[in-house]
Amino acid sequence: MRTSKCEGRSGRQGRRPARWLFVAGAVVSAAVATVGGVRAQQQNFDNVQIDAVKVTDNVYMLVGAGGNVTVQFGPEGVLVVDTSYAQMSGKILAEIRKLSSEPIRYVVNTHVHPDHIGGNEAIAKAGRTRAGGNVVGDLGAGATNQAAVLAHENVLNRMSMPPPGQQEVPSAAWPTETYIGKKKEMIFNNEAVQIIHEENAHTDGDSLVFFRRNDVIATGDLFTTTMYPFIDEANGGTINGYVDALNDILDLTVASNVNEGGTMVIPGHGRLCDEQDVIEYRDMVTIVRDRIREYVKRGMTLEQVKAKKPTLDWDRRYGDGFVKPDAFIDVVYKQLSAEKAAAAKPAGSAKASPAPKAKESGK
Amino acid sequence: MKNRIYLLATVIFAAAMLLPAVASAQADFSGIWQPRYDEDNPERIPGPELRDYAGLPINENARQFADSWDPSRITLPEEQCRVHVSPYIYRGPMNLQVWEERDPKTRELIAIKHYISTYEQTRTIYMDGRPHPGPNAAHTWMGFSTGHYEGDMLVVETTHLKQGWVRRNGLPMSDQAHMTEYFVRNGDLMTHIVVLADPVFLAAPLVKSQDFVRSTRELAAQTWLWVCESVIEIPRPAGEVPAYMPGEHPFKDEYARRHGIPLVATDGGPETMYPEYQKVLEKQPIPPPLPTRGGRAGGAGAGGGAGRQGGAGPQGGR
Repeated sequence: MRTSKCEGRSGRQGRRPARWLFVAGAVVSAAVATVGGVRAQQQNFDNVQIDAVKVTDNVYMLVGAGGNVTVQFGPEGVLVVDTSYAQMSGKILAEIRKLSSEPIRYVVNTHVHPDHIGGNEAIAKAGRTRAGGNVVGDLGAGATNQAAVLAHENVLNRMSMPPPGQQEVPSAAWPTETYIGKKKEMIFNNEAVQIIHEENAHTDGDSLVFFRRNDVIATGDLFTTTMYPFIDEANGGTINGYVDALNDILDLTVASNVNEGGTMVIPGHGRLCDEQDVIEYRDMVTIVRDRIREYVKRGMTLEQVKAKKPTLDWDRRYGDGFVKPDAFIDVVYKQLSAEKAAAAKPAGSAKASPAPKAKESGK
Repeated sequence: MKNRIYLLATVIFAAAMLLPAVASAQADFSGIWQPRYDEDNPERIPGPELRDYAGLPINENARQFADSWDPSRITLPEEQCRVHVSPYIYRGPMNLQVWEERDPKTRELIAIKHYISTYEQTRTIYMDGRPHPGPNAAHTWMGFSTGHYEGDMLVVETTHLKQGWVRRNGLPMSDQAHMTEYFVRNGDLMTHIVVLADPVFLAAPLVKSQDFVRSTRELAAQTWLWVCESVIEIPRPAGEVPAYMPGEHPFKDEYARRHGIPLVATDGGPETMYPEYQKVLEKQPIPPPLPTRGGRAGGAGAGGGAGRQGGAGPQGGR
């Protein structure tokens, strides 16, 4: 009996996703997005140890609570990618000081989540940026009193105007310098550093940080080894953007001649990786997305899709992580249903489509 | 009688002199070794058939992974030179060179090294008691290995492995796997036993063995090389990952029909490892044989059939 009820609903829902699904999805997304902050308040950081993993002579990955922190250092100073939770700042600063006594010049935020930007204020204030001319003239000597905090403009927008239900971020932790467009580039410690924006992937303000001489990429949560992708819809994330970002990472990586090593990849959470690890993860995300897309195309309801267990292959690997299989399926189903609905509309009415933006193929 | 006593005394003396040496002797595996392929030959040399999981203790997660695995995956440029992980690489065609690294001052054994010609892999088995790396260290094809001797047998523990194959017809091994190996040498014969535990894809440990024979001849230099350069074999949309939809493997019954094996046995699982499973099989139906040559093709034709996963729709992939 229950099956036939589901089938009865599926006909309608298969053609057009129910409105409740969009509302529920947005609520879930917002709730999930605040979990990082709530977790930070509940977690006891006293016993957390920092694991400083050497990536190259000049790049380390710091793993503790929250997101991974990348540290690049040299004669010009220190560049830090992401700052974990605020409560971890003291321990992170202590680890940075073991690596270099030079000033922290830059903090780069890969995205807006509290487990990656929580230490912005304390770590930036422990540093010093370089400034002169009009900047010092306008702002006074205080313009150099802290490290510059760099991020995509959408990170600043999200921090300064958080969606309903999400924690406010104190202005002292906001980026001091933002960029728009595809990338920001600079030379620091005799190395080309590229901060590359990925549109609407994990959020709408994601950046990869590519250290070209060290051949290391810090991905933020565009790639992790501990969980299914967190598509943060409330902050502009989309599954198609997420897959594109993984492929963009693979466009940058080059493996060594035994097909491992070469470009090293520091994930947002989890262990140190290389190209092959990203390939495995890209394959997983792509296959799950494509399965769900096919089920949506066949007109199946969300319940029917879940009954097909499209993530079963990887549930024992990622299913216990922060994003549970059902939560991953929920958001992918919702977005691909919208994609299907948008594709079905006449060309003239496409403007009103709620479908997430998908990038064009290639770079 | 006197001679016998002398002989006995000599034997006892000789044995006594040898005892300490025997007690501390450890087999030296140094040299060039080549595998013998008679064990599990169909899997190792022609290569495993699709959908043959019989006798492997896989779980439902591995089964779905393999059922979704389209062999066209290995035409992707980024996957063409994919290396076999150490739990699997010893099964393939290879030449193996083993040597020891010793402290030049103390002559203590630091590590045993393996050079494997397939994919030009060098493996280090640390023998100096060092710990394994922490959980955040990078994983590699060969993993991180430490060893010790139990009598004459070399026992090796390996962690930090990359994801690889349990069988190269799509049956996966995860990066959470742990391998224990036993190397035993009897003259010019070396037996290698692998016990693989994988909390992600195995329901029980997988045990397998292979034998190697010591080569008495120098091998040509090129036999040690494996040059792999990826190329675009099939033009396809960037980012596309070929895969079958779950439960829609187009060749699902081909192996069972070709060999007259009940379909359920080809699903694998821990129960299929044991002799008692034959009693279960006796009650299972044998699927109809594949059509003869010239008849209508059974299973599915080349190219994937209806179950193939799209990969790239209007906005799909890159």
